[in-house]
Amino acid sequence: MPQTLYEKLWQSHVVHEEADGTALIYIDRHLVHEVTSPQAFEGLKLAGRKPWRVSSIVATADHNTPTNFWERGIEDPISRLQVETLDANIKEVGALAYFAFRDPRQGIVHVIGPESGATLPGMTVVCGDSHTSTHGAFGCLAIGIGTSEVEHVLATQCLLQKRSKTMLVRVEGPLGKGVTAKDIALAVIARIGTAGGTGSAIEFGGSTIRALSMEGRMTLCNMAIEAGARMGFVAVDDITINYLKGRPFAPKAELWDAAMASWRTLKSDEGASFDRVVELRAADIQPQVTWGTSPEMVVAIGGRVPDPAAEKDASRREGMERALKYMGLAANTPIKDIAVDKIFIGSCTNSRIEDLRAAAKVVKGRKVAGNIKLALVVPGSGLIKRQAESEGLDKIFVAAGFEWREPGCSMCLAMNADRLEAGERCASTSNRNFEGRQGAGGRTHLVSPEMAAAAALAGHFSDVRDLL
Amino acid sequence: MDKFVRLQGLVAPLDRANVDTDAIIPKQFLKSIKRSGFGPNLFDAWRYLDVGEPGMDNSKRSLNPDFVLNQPRYQGAQILLARKNFGCGSSREHAPWALLDFGFRAVLAESYADIFFNNCFKNGVLPIVLPAAELDELFAQVAATPGYKLTIDLERQLVLRPDGKALPFAVDGFRKECLVNGWDDIGLTLRHAEKIRAYEDKRRAEQPWLFA
Ligand code: SF4
Repeated sequence: MPQTLYEKLWQSHVVHEEADGTALIYIDRHLVHEVTSPQAFEGLKLAGRKPWRVSSIVATADHNTPTNFWERGIEDPISRLQVETLDANIKEVGALAYFAFRDPRQGIVHVIGPESGATLPGMTVVCGDSHTSTHGAFGCLAIGIGTSEVEHVLATQCLLQKRSKTMLVRVEGPLGKGVTAKDIALAVIARIGTAGGTGSAIEFGGSTIRALSMEGRMTLCNMAIEAGARMGFVAVDDITINYLKGRPFAPKAELWDAAMASWRTLKSDEGASFDRVVELRAADIQPQVTWGTSPEMVVAIGGRVPDPAAEKDASRREGMERALKYMGLAANTPIKDIAVDKIFIGSCTNSRIEDLRAAAKVVKGRKVAGNIKLALVVPGSGLIKRQAESEGLDKIFVAAGFEWREPGCSMCLAMNADRLEAGERCASTSNRNFEGRQGAGGRTHLVSPEMAAAAALAGHFSDVRDLL
Repeated sequence: MDKFVRLQGLVAPLDRANVDTDAIIPKQFLKSIKRSGFGPNLFDAWRYLDVGEPGMDNSKRSLNPDFVLNQPRYQGAQILLARKNFGCGSSREHAPWALLDFGFRAVLAESYADIFFNNCFKNGVLPIVLPAAELDELFAQVAATPGYKLTIDLERQLVLRPDGKALPFAVDGFRKECLVNGWDDIGLTLRHAEKIRAYEDKRRAEQPWLFA
């Protein structure tokens, strides 16, 4: 019987199955960061257990680390303790690799996994972080887990899981100029809603997806979790394989050939059936801007803030009213009339080299508008930062009025000093516009890097296609 | 983990959809390296009038009188009544830790985000899915009846209303067994250590590049 990629990946990892379908699945790669691991390491120690396979662990400090004045270390004592706790835990336990604070390869956990070749097709990848779905871009089962599960994987190399439903999101045709993977992600969420993917594993397919770079596929899979899915992934093809070749932890020589032959089978068979299929035409997708406090509250740049009065469902209407109040917006305001205070280009959604190149192309030779209080570019990793610098992108950003920072999660979740103050409005390339996400009372609008750059130049949202 | 067999508890209503984990426990409290102590900061941004930071004396902060959990009638609640897509957002297990530390042992909602749902079971918090119409009735009854209590009978998989109506709910057999017995997942999994080792050896032989 023809199988979906999900079924292949699932079956090849089942170690044991209970009568009710709960299975133990084997975990190939365990990514670890400072926020969700301390209690897991502590639990392990208290129970007198040892990690099962330390060579599966790749760790980094990213959520709490500052993005400037690195020479001063981490000034917030609580953040510092958390990062030092990870240092100590890895020192005691061991790992395949640890990209500690200030290591030249340090970066956001979902950026450093792929760029080091630690994320490989056919793997199960887990991390105590919901955006682990990013790694699915490589044809992996990449699952975000909680801290108890981090401890479980450390101790047993397995995860308890139930089989997911399968969903195919198929996007066909060429993308318009200025339309990106981020816009596809937001358009998909607009279509199915933030709970649309609940219980599902989403495979992204179709000619539009096949034409996306690995960076674009990672952006898309990253946001699968915002559609409520357990995971998102894309089948393996030449683009995947070319990306991996020569990466530090990718296989070499004969092993590379054997691996490649096996990876080539990682796609859904012709005629495989999915529980649900959602189809979009790339030509219908415009640059997107969120207006509310959930990623499904999104419209195209030419649109207006919707009017709750036109919404029939009472609970949705209340949600919209609450969101507009929080966001300080009036119904029917044209999106292009919304002025912004801060710009954030970064996060595991959009901080890779291609994102920075695209944003730099828009800002080159132009200036950030006078009303912008802060425009930040935060590369996803130290390697990306230096790559961008070798291409002169940092100079383009700085000349335009952006700040060029050290890598980390930064203003995506504002655990460090980078944040919005109450009432401030931000065009952000991150993935969540929840209340207070970027700082208490802060107002987040999710956009692509190109659209964030365009908003920086205009001082309000504007259509990047007019600048290209 | 504490066993969960039968719970009779006061019910508190939180009538909004898409309550995300940033709302349940804001990120500034995730800097802690402990599992406990998150209760005072549960729903921090909604519960207090100022902006909470770790290390504050929460008993001295001003409570938001409009937030439902601050009403005297809901003090000591153990069951949270919620709407759809509860617990969406990040994977932080601090969310169920905060609920538990505050005193909640069960949540009733139309649906949950997956990771949050999993995390609840690992901590002895029971997330129950009920149809929207039944939740509507419960919200109405709670509003109309100060001191409203529900009984949750996990063994029989029923939520029992004070008026005698029983609402059945589904729960995975394996998860139920773990909750009812208070079993630790890791201990259970390690009973299969031989199988895990055998799987690993086979995998290493077939795909050695995964073990480099
Ligand atoms: S960049 Fe943002 S979404 Fe990504 S891992 Fe860091 S905090 Fe999470």
